[in-house]
Amino acid sequence: MTSLILGTATRLLVPLMLVFSLYLLWRGHNEPGGGFVGGLIAAIGFALYALGRGTAALREALRVDPRSIAMVGLAMAIAAGLLAVLTGDAFLTGLWWRPTIGEGYLPLGTPLLFDVGVYLVVVGGVITLLLALEEDDGRREPPADGPADGGGA
Amino acid sequence: MAAAASAQHRSDPLATRIIGWGWLALSVALAGWFATMVPTIADGGAYATSVPWIPGLGINLSFRVDGLSLLFALLISGIGAIIFLYSGSYLAGHRQLFRFYLFLGGFKLSMLGLVLTDNLITLFVFWELTTVTSYLLIGFDHANPAARRSALQGLLVTGAGALALLAGVVLIGHVAGTYEISEILADSDVLRDSPLYLAILVLVLAGAFTKSAQWPFHFWLPNAMAAPTPISAYLHSATMVKAGVYLLARLQPSLDDTTVWVLTLTVFGAITAVLGSVLALRQSDLKLMLAYTTVMALGTCVLFLGVDSPIASTAAITFILVHALYKASLFLVVGAIDHGTGTRQIDRLGNLGKAMPITAATAAIAGLSMAGMPPFIGFIGKELKYKGTLAFDLAPGVLTAVVVTANACMVAVAVMIAWRVFHRPRRRDSEGAPHAPHEAPPKMWLGPIVLALLGLLFGAVPWLIDRGLVAPGVAALGEPESFQLALWHGINVPLALSVITLASGIVLYRYRDRIRALLYALAVRLPWSGDRAYDVAMSALVWIAKAQTRVLQGGVLRHYLTTVFVVLVVALGATLMARDALIWPAAWPVLMAHEWGVAALIVVGTVMAAFAGSRLAAICALGVVGVGVALLFLSFGAPDLAKTQLLVETLVVIIVAIVMLRLPRLAPNRSEPLWRPGHAVISVVAGGLLTLVLLSVTAEPFDLRITEYFEATSAPEAFGRNIVNVILVDFRALDTMGEIAVVAIAGLAAFGLIGLRRARRSEGKSR
Repeated sequence: MTSLILGTATRLLVPLMLVFSLYLLWRGHNEPGGGFVGGLIAAIGFALYALGRGTAALREALRVDPRSIAMVGLAMAIAAGLLAVLTGDAFLTGLWWRPTIGEGYLPLGTPLLFDVGVYLVVVGGVITLLLALEEDDGRREPPADGPADGGGA
Repeated sequence: MAAAASAQHRSDPLATRIIGWGWLALSVALAGWFATMVPTIADGGAYATSVPWIPGLGINLSFRVDGLSLLFALLISGIGAIIFLYSGSYLAGHRQLFRFYLFLGGFKLSMLGLVLTDNLITLFVFWELTTVTSYLLIGFDHANPAARRSALQGLLVTGAGALALLAGVVLIGHVAGTYEISEILADSDVLRDSPLYLAILVLVLAGAFTKSAQWPFHFWLPNAMAAPTPISAYLHSATMVKAGVYLLARLQPSLDDTTVWVLTLTVFGAITAVLGSVLALRQSDLKLMLAYTTVMALGTCVLFLGVDSPIASTAAITFILVHALYKASLFLVVGAIDHGTGTRQIDRLGNLGKAMPITAATAAIAGLSMAGMPPFIGFIGKELKYKGTLAFDLAPGVLTAVVVTANACMVAVAVMIAWRVFHRPRRRDSEGAPHAPHEAPPKMWLGPIVLALLGLLFGAVPWLIDRGLVAPGVAALGEPESFQLALWHGINVPLALSVITLASGIVLYRYRDRIRALLYALAVRLPWSGDRAYDVAMSALVWIAKAQTRVLQGGVLRHYLTTVFVVLVVALGATLMARDALIWPAAWPVLMAHEWGVAALIVVGTVMAAFAGSRLAAICALGVVGVGVALLFLSFGAPDLAKTQLLVETLVVIIVAIVMLRLPRLAPNRSEPLWRPGHAVISVVAGGLLTLVLLSVTAEPFDLRITEYFEATSAPEAFGRNIVNVILVDFRALDTMGEIAVVAIAGLAAFGLIGLRRARRSEGKSR
């Protein structure tokens, strides 16, 4: 399922969407945005890419298995929680490191790490689902097979 | 996928050596460490330490070493060291030796945790860890269906008991106000005086009786002999099955002395002891024979814990030690016989003494202890048991007869294993062992002979353990004075009973073949047994699961949704009516023109979705509804929600479009009408009811405390002005973590399910 118009458009659209998703992720703590919304936009961007150029191209562009992306995200979120445990606080307590740069400061902390984890899980999870569906070759099953499939098990 | 890969997997030899010797060194070090605690404990001291785990619920990783814990800890680490040494040789070259060591070491640490912890919830956690590791070890030979069945049976029986135990533990915590065992025991009558005492007792006993294989749950233990022999020696004789006994001993000061305690423990203990010892005579497999004598030993321990007297407590504690020493040794001897000849069938074995002199000597020493001959520690244990039963308030005659019967069977079994196999020819009509016997390698005879010699040493010089091990153990049962251990108490009734036991044991041995045939004939005719009951229960479970799956999950999405909505309507409607909770809003808000527009959009979308003739049209209509909802969010100042709503709508359209390509056309043969009155009623009622609930909810004044808290703390404490996101990643990050875990698992599950479908299809093609 590839189309020339969509394929050409994705060249421009997908990088834009990815950049925008990162922007949403970064600003989420103070303005509308965050890891969840950012992850959704990135996932839609990748979906667009797959629709335009095919799933094989998407897998190639991603380089890593989307399942790994989701798992790494989950691990990051857990790690963000465990960092607080190491310092003696309760699991998932926010820890902050805010180095000053000029007049402002850079707000870094475990909630940001956690949010990046959320972002990766959403991207990885949704793409895993999409690719699984898209790469399934059984189109238009005979009706007899359809409803009976879910039973039995 | 992992299972398929590991079936081919071969343990890395270097890693296997490292883990094997590592566990062995750890066991030896732990045994030494516990041994250094003996003097302090003997003086009445205790070691305690505690780390908070979930302090809000009173759950702590607290550990306390007293006489009872120390006895068990020494047995677990000492015998554990011997088992690790033995297994390296017994399973040498096994493909999955690394895995074996991993499970065994995991079990050892869990068991140590179980006997050392001072918190009931933590005890339960360790208890379940031993259940799980035992399951893995019984089913270690996982290619064998019988081993898998036995593993599952052990897991289900002890797991069901553990659930009862958990309920009992929670009740204890509720009544006593603490889960710390030492605090509960200090407040001695708190459980006995509670109206919940009976419930607590029944639940705790259910846990202990299943774990320690008491009748009628004894059947899983002989089946667990599917495990490799060192495992049977360790878990299913010396340690894990004693966990139930340990628990009863641990809680005895707080639970005992009531009629129901005394009656239940003595009756079940006595039945188990007699049943186990008699059934041992029925077996022709040496290992099964030992398994049933273990059932007998566990019954005996329970029997003596039932009665609260210095002699009974001393008998129970001493017998735990006695049994662990001779039984572990004999199990390992049977393993060596199996290793050396290729069979464990007693009829096929004979005259092994010449080829296996060291094993024969070990068997003789351990067997003499098992038969209760002086000067072995088994003799002291047996004399104490007779003294104990003779001093019972309740039916001393009957209980003494029970113990004499059980011990006589022990004598017969001991003679069979320690003498008949090694020094008498095999049965004339049997075919003989598969290969000529050879002596076990040093790693396999060293451990058993050490255990057997300890039995001789402690029997000949009882003061070695009297003050150091037995008395502190008895003190932990709430008895200030233990009964002094000695070989010679003069000519008295127990001595006479010992002579009777020995004589009847010899008689039983002489008529062993006839007794076995008789018992076998009897067992075949019995209509009912625990093992059969288990099978019936399992097939009933499967039948019920299938039946309810057929009804509730027939595979038609419409039916699922109908069920969901009917249940929702009934539950919501009934609650609303019972609570009389419907409130009509006092004043209707005035809507702006654009809000009317959005509302109209949503209504139009809904109607279109309901009457759409194709799936694509229905999806688009639902998309319209979704966009309408997003607009509502936006106009009420929730841009985050609106954005997420829009994005999710987009994704849903993509996913559904992909899925639709695989679905059969909607109502392909038009046999089903588009207009279904029943569905219309359900949807209108469900929607109407939800509307009413929302109206009622919004008619109430909002509690703004949490909102205010978030508004006040979001920027100064969490450094974020977007409260929605701060809630997601900081205030309620744990919820978010659960949600992203669900997202990740859902993606993986979809991948797995679709992959499975694909695999099945390609299988079908290749056929």
